[in-house]
Parts: sequence; structure tokens; C-alpha cells
Amino acid sequence: MPLEIPKDKWPGSVRTVTLGAAAAEGGTRTKTVTIGGQTAMPYLHFEASPPHPPAVAVEIKSRPPEDWSPLLLEAWGELVNDPAAWAKKAEEIGADLIVLALTLADRPEEAVNVVQSVLRATGVPLIVWGPGQAEKDNELLVPVAEAAKGERLVLGICEDKNYRTIVAAAMANGHLVQARTPMDVNLSKQLNILISDMGMPKDRIIMDPTTGALGYGIEYGYSVMERLRLAALQGDAMTQSPMIVTPGFEAWKTKEAKVGSGVPEAWGDWKERSVNWETITAITLLESGADIVVLRYPESVARVKQAIQELMTA
Amino acid sequence: MALTGIQIYKLLPQTNCKECGFPTCLAFAMKLAAKQVELSACPYVSEESKKQLAESSAPPIRLVTLKGVDVEAKAGNEICLYRHEKTFYHKPGLFIRVRASDPDLAKKVAAADAYKVNYVGIELTIDGFAVVADSDLATAIQTIRSISKRPLILIGDPAALQAGLAACRGETPLLYAADASNADPMAELAKSHPAALAVKAESLEALADLTQRIQAKGVQDMVLDLDGNTLGEWLVRSTQVRRLALKNFRPLGYPVLAFPCDAKDEAIAAAQAIAKYAGFIVLNEFKPELLYPLLVLRENIYTDPQKPIQVQPGLYEINQPKPDSPVLVTTNFSITYFSVANEVEGSGLPAWLVVTDAEGMSVLTAWAAGKFDAERIAKAVKTFNVASKVTRKRLVIPGHVAVLSGELEAELPDWEIRVGPREAVDLPAFMKQALN
Ligand code: B12
Ligand code: SF4
Repeated sequence: MPLEIPKDKWPGSVRTVTLGAAAAEGGTRTKTVTIGGQTAMPYLHFEASPPHPPAVAVEIKSRPPEDWSPLLLEAWGELVNDPAAWAKKAEEIGADLIVLALTLADRPEEAVNVVQSVLRATGVPLIVWGPGQAEKDNELLVPVAEAAKGERLVLGICEDKNYRTIVAAAMANGHLVQARTPMDVNLSKQLNILISDMGMPKDRIIMDPTTGALGYGIEYGYSVMERLRLAALQGDAMTQSPMIVTPGFEAWKTKEAKVGSGVPEAWGDWKERSVNWETITAITLLESGADIVVLRYPESVARVKQAIQELMTA
Repeated sequence: MALTGIQIYKLLPQTNCKECGFPTCLAFAMKLAAKQVELSACPYVSEESKKQLAESSAPPIRLVTLKGVDVEAKAGNEICLYRHEKTFYHKPGLFIRVRASDPDLAKKVAAADAYKVNYVGIELTIDGFAVVADSDLATAIQTIRSISKRPLILIGDPAALQAGLAACRGETPLLYAADASNADPMAELAKSHPAALAVKAESLEALADLTQRIQAKGVQDMVLDLDGNTLGEWLVRSTQVRRLALKNFRPLGYPVLAFPCDAKDEAIAAAQAIAKYAGFIVLNEFKPELLYPLLVLRENIYTDPQKPIQVQPGLYEINQPKPDSPVLVTTNFSITYFSVANEVEGSGLPAWLVVTDAEGMSVLTAWAAGKFDAERIAKAVKTFNVASKVTRKRLVIPGHVAVLSGELEAELPDWEIRVGPREAVDLPAFMKQALN
């Protein structure tokens, strides 16, 4: 029998956003990454194929991480002492983007140096996170923004308490911003409004709706992302930014991923469980609309990239 | 599609005899449409009308129940595409694939069947076995039945399945699978046992034709195999089936069966199947490190978005605390409570745990929402009479809400307030070192 498949026709679409700038546009990237542009819910090819695949970012730190799982430290080995080499390796294993997380211990000139050395070592676009304390974020991200003028970095993480200085620095130097709100559709919209009211072009904002890890609140993130994406397709301009989420950070915070001994036997092999934890968190968020997933473990990167390739073909 | 009051009225006798307790047939029809009365209240509805009314009130996705020996797995009866619209109801069953020819069958079944894992106080297990009839099925089923009571999916051709069915009388297994070439004998088997029947075709059109053909043979309980090769293809088909079913397209109004066991990355395909509408899921083998995250994902996706999973506020005793054991305070969000309780319990150290009523929110969420502040904590300590149980008034608060310590000292002047670590994992070490 001939079937008539019900199709949604949406008036709105996700904004197209490009990260990184090549020499011709005033940067030094050999690759740029474009995300967004969807006119349908995730991977519903029978309505409209997504024009761009989602991107996989790998998170590295300016200094050797102190609270990371031993599995992560083992996987990256000596590289954690050398952000440039670490970033290069991440690019080699398939990262579309690098996230460089600065720490509280960094001084402004150190932050600038590490950003520049990572830029020199890699060709992919760069996202730079401050350490997450408003004052320190401003102290580090402003000089970084100036030193990397024209690179179309993504600067983060803007929250309602500390977005002004970061947005101003991004605007003045041709960068993008990552706007984070705690799992709430209205808060996402509000922060987007505040940031665009400062004069930031909308195609330089990436929303971070925040998520929880598998087992630790992922269902809230999942549904908030679906609702944000539906709102975007319905034409709400303030929800039309592409979305970035941090399954690597969230998953590796859980006991399941962090701890290898003294846990229930029913949890199974530590390493496989941890990688599954990160990978499954990431894939679930991709299904609900993530445009960038930030990961930590090399094998998860390969698995998620393979999955994205499959999701993009139907 | 549910009928309107007027449509229902047309199917009633229209005599206004009032025996149903309503003044007119129309009034009764309106109540029926609102599902506030039962059709049986009217003694005069014709058989034909009954049938039509039953059909229109049937759920858009048929509830299919597989039965083992006193153990069931149900799928179907879902009513939405996105979980925030209402909720997802029947968690997809996770089945482990085994082979009849496997010399280690008994061992493998025993390990998987005994598997139990605790997640926020809920005990999670697998749901059943999918048995490939690559040698004598009846013998394999007997072996399984000597170990496990869980429902079965039987995979094989009609002859093999027929032999197997003799070994599971009184059960409702799922037979896999009817396709265009064997639909008649398969339908016959499913009908005579009776069993549920998986149906398989290369396109949704062909699938819809086949389910109708099989239904005409008297089989009601069907399950759809979508046969998508890539994640993208499977997602598209599963979404299309869900959409059509929710629009009351009956030929595809059945639960979906997924085979992540045949995908490139089993974990990823299974995660997609859980989030995107599968009713039964077949996994390749029993691996705790895969099963545990999948079972947790299933709990998460199928949680009612309107109600966070919570525990009862109160004073909990861990490892038989004594009057000088420390008092810890946390919120009544299940995930929070169990992360703390499990850590302390695992350490063997005794403690009192005050679970405050934070409306089912995590520590920081509740703090940000004003549901976990000094006042509430103090109130809980008083309400649960904690002071009467301890000789040493020492209260440990979560590190994430260190800011509360000043106010709490004011609220509970005769208590010593201690700031604990931020994460529960670090609690045992803290209790050993800092609390002596
Ligand atoms: C899931 C979530 C939600 C869910 C709620 C889930 C729930 N039922 O609680 C939803 C989406 C509803 C939500 C809402 C909000 N949220 Co919220 N949410 C989260 C999220 C992502 C995870 C929280 C979680 O479940 N953690 C897991 C549990 C187990 O952690 P936990 O309770 O803290 O317990 C751990 C420790 O505290 C410790 N511990 C617990 N008890 C004890 C006791 C002792 C003695 C010790 C030593 C340790 C200890 O052990 C546990 C494991 O280590 C976090 C961000 C994040 N990724 O952490 C934001 C977060 C908590 N939310 C936040 C906010 C602001 C909100 C809102 C106010 C936003 C808004 N304005 O609407 C609302 C408030 C709710 C409301 N008004 O109704 C902020 C809080 C910011 C802050 N520092 O104050 C956070 C941190 C996000 C952020 N970065 O901004 N949120
Ligand atoms: S009992 Fe039946 S026929 Fe009589 S009024 Fe009620 S609906 Fe009408």
C-alpha cells in the first residue's frame, strides 16, 4: 500500500555558524568548521538532511589536569604536559575542534602563549574556556581574544553573571561566544537576548544548554535540547543558535567513569564502561540536537565520529 | 483516532431510554468521548457498534506482552514522539542473543539471568533471551528454562520454531520473523500457540501490507523489524513508524524490535534504539560494562519528566550508627541520596543521614531554587529529632553548599557545622581523616 509519511514543515531553521578563520579571512586555520543550518529535527532525512554534520571537539587543558580519571591520563600520557603536542595529537585522531581549558593558575601572558602555541600546532578551529570564575575568566580571556584577533575562536563560557566582558572582547576581535545556561529553555533565550543586545551578531553565538551525564540528569538536558530545537524550527529567533554540550566533562565526573576499584562487580570492566559512559552520553545528546560535542577520551572520539557518519547517511 | 462525541452518538441506539443513567444518548456519548464512563453502561449497543468503538479507543501502538514463566516484558501503548510532551511508558525490553548450538549455553544464560545492578535504589535486570535456532530449539529452550523464567524471542524458520514452541507451552514468546515468503506458516504458528510475531520487510509499505495480511489471519500481537542498515536509516524508519502510528495508522501501530547486535557499534545503536522508540532490543552478548549504561539510559529516558525520582525525607541510618557517629545532610533527589548513601555504606563507616525535603532536587539545583537552605536544613534536623539520637552534635554539609555554614550555625547554635567534600566519592576519606 502506498504510504503517506507525515512530514513536519517548519517555518524556522537553525542558524549557520562558522568556527575558525582561514588566512583569506584573517586567521591562520587550515580547516574551518560550519555547523547548524538544519530545517528539521535531528537526522530526519525524509524531511530535510542536515546540511552540516555535527562537530566533535576534544578538550585539553593548559596545565596537567589534577582531577581527571587515571584512565584519561593514561590514554594521553606525557601529552598532558604539553598542550600544543596534545592538541596536535587530538587533531590527528579526528578532532574537528580543540577545546583549550585554561586554569586558575594561569597568568594572562601564559594563557596567551598557550593559545598561540596550540594555534601554531593545529589547523582546526579553537574554543577557549576560562577557568570558570568570572574575574579570572575576564583576566585571561581578554588578552587571549586580542592576541588571537581574527581567528574566529569561540570564547567561553559566558553565563548570566559574566558574559559582558567576554562578549565585548569577542566582538572587538572577531570571535564567537559560548553562552551557557542551566538546562532551561527560557534562560537560554534570555542569555541569547542579552548577548545580542550588546551588538553581537547572532551568527557568532553558540548556545550551551548544559547537560548532565548518563545517570546524572541527562534526561533533563535531553528534553531541554529537544524543546530548544523545536522552538528554533518554529521560528523563535532566540533559540536558533547551534548547540554545544560537554558529555566528556560530565561523563568523566561520574563515579562510573572515575573509579576502578571498590565498585559493584555488576558495573563490569572499568575502561570499557567508562568509554561507553562518555560515548552513550554523547550519542544521546546528538540524537536530541547537539551540534558540537566536547569529548575527552580518544576512543570515544573515534566511535562518535563513526556514528555521526552513519547518522548523516540514510 | 479517538472518535468525537457526535461520531460516537451516531453509533448508539439513539432512543434516549436513560438506562445508562444519562438523560440522552448524546449526553452519554459525550461522557464516553471524555472517557468518563464505560460503554457497557448502555445495554443496547449493537455488536457492530461495539467493534467500531473498541477500535477507535484502542491505543495507537498496540501493547504487546511477551510472557516467560511468570515474567513479562511489555512494549507499546506509547502516546508521544517527544518525552516532554507527556512521558514514555513501557521501557524497551533488553534481550540477550544466545545460540541453540552453543555448548556454553547454560553457562551464558545463567550469568545473564542472574545479573542485577542497582541504580538509585532500583534493581535493574535484563528482560529475556533471543534464541537463534541453529540447532535443536526445543532442547535449547529446555536448557534455558532450567535456569531462567524470562520471556524468549525465538529466531528461526517455521519448522524450527514449531519444534521449539512445543517446549514453551503456556508462554508467549516472540517469533522471528514473518516476511513475504513465509507469512502464512508463521502466522499459523503464532495463532495456534499463541505467540507474538515479528514482521519484517524491506520497506514500510511492504511492512504495512504484511501486517494487514497477517492480521487477517487472526494474529493480533505483532512487532516490527525495521531492517535499517545505518543509524540514520534506522532512525528515519523508527520515527516514521512512530509518527504514522500516533496518527492512528493501524497497520504500523506495533512496537518496534531493534538489533543493535548487528550494528557496527552495538552500544551506540542500542542507545539510539532506547531513545528513539524501540520496544524490544536484542544485544549480542552479556557484557555488564555495556548493559549497565544501557539500563541506566533506559531509566533516564523513561523517567516521567514531571516528577523527579525522589526518596522519602527522613533520618536514615547507615551501617548502624551510634550516638557519636557523624550526621550528614543531603537532599531527597534519588540520584543525590543514593550517591551519598552508597559511598558511606560501601566504606563500612557508620553515619546518620538527614534527607531534607528539597522537592526532589540535587544539592546545587535545590540550593539555587531556594529549596535547600539553612532554614530548611535546620527544620529537618529538628523535625527528625536528630538531637535526641546523638551525643555529639556534629553536622556535615555538602561541599557544594559551603556558603550555608554561617547561616546554619546561627540556625543551629548548639551544633558544630562541618563542610564536607564536594563529591560523595571523597566522603569516606573525609570521614576517616577529618571526622575523628
Ligand atoms: C539536572 C539539573 C537540573 C534539573 C533538576 C534535577 C533535579 N531533580 O535536581 C533541572 C533542569 C530541573 C534544573 C533546574 C534548575 N537548575 Co540545575 N542543574 C542540573 C545539573 C545539570 C545536574 C544536577 C545533578 O543532578 N547532579 C547530580 C547530583 C547527584 O549531584 P548533587 O546533588 O550535587 O550531589 C553530589 C554532591 O553534592 C555530593 N553530595 C550530595 N549530598 C552530600 C552530602 C554530603 C554531606 C557531602 C559531603 C556531599 C554530598 O554527592 C553527590 C555526588 O558527588 C547541574 C549542573 C551539573 N552538571 O552539575 C545544574 C545546576 C545544579 N542547576 C543550576 C541552576 C541555577 C538551576 C535553576 C535555578 C535554573 C533556573 N533558574 O531555572 C533551576 C532550579 C530548579 C527550579 N527552579 O525548579 C546551577 C546551580 C548554580 C549554582 N552553583 O548555584 C547548576 C550547577 C548549573 C550551572 N552550572 O549553572 N537543574
Ligand atoms: S442506555 Fe444506551 S440507548 Fe439508552 S439512553 Fe443510554 S446510550 Fe442511549
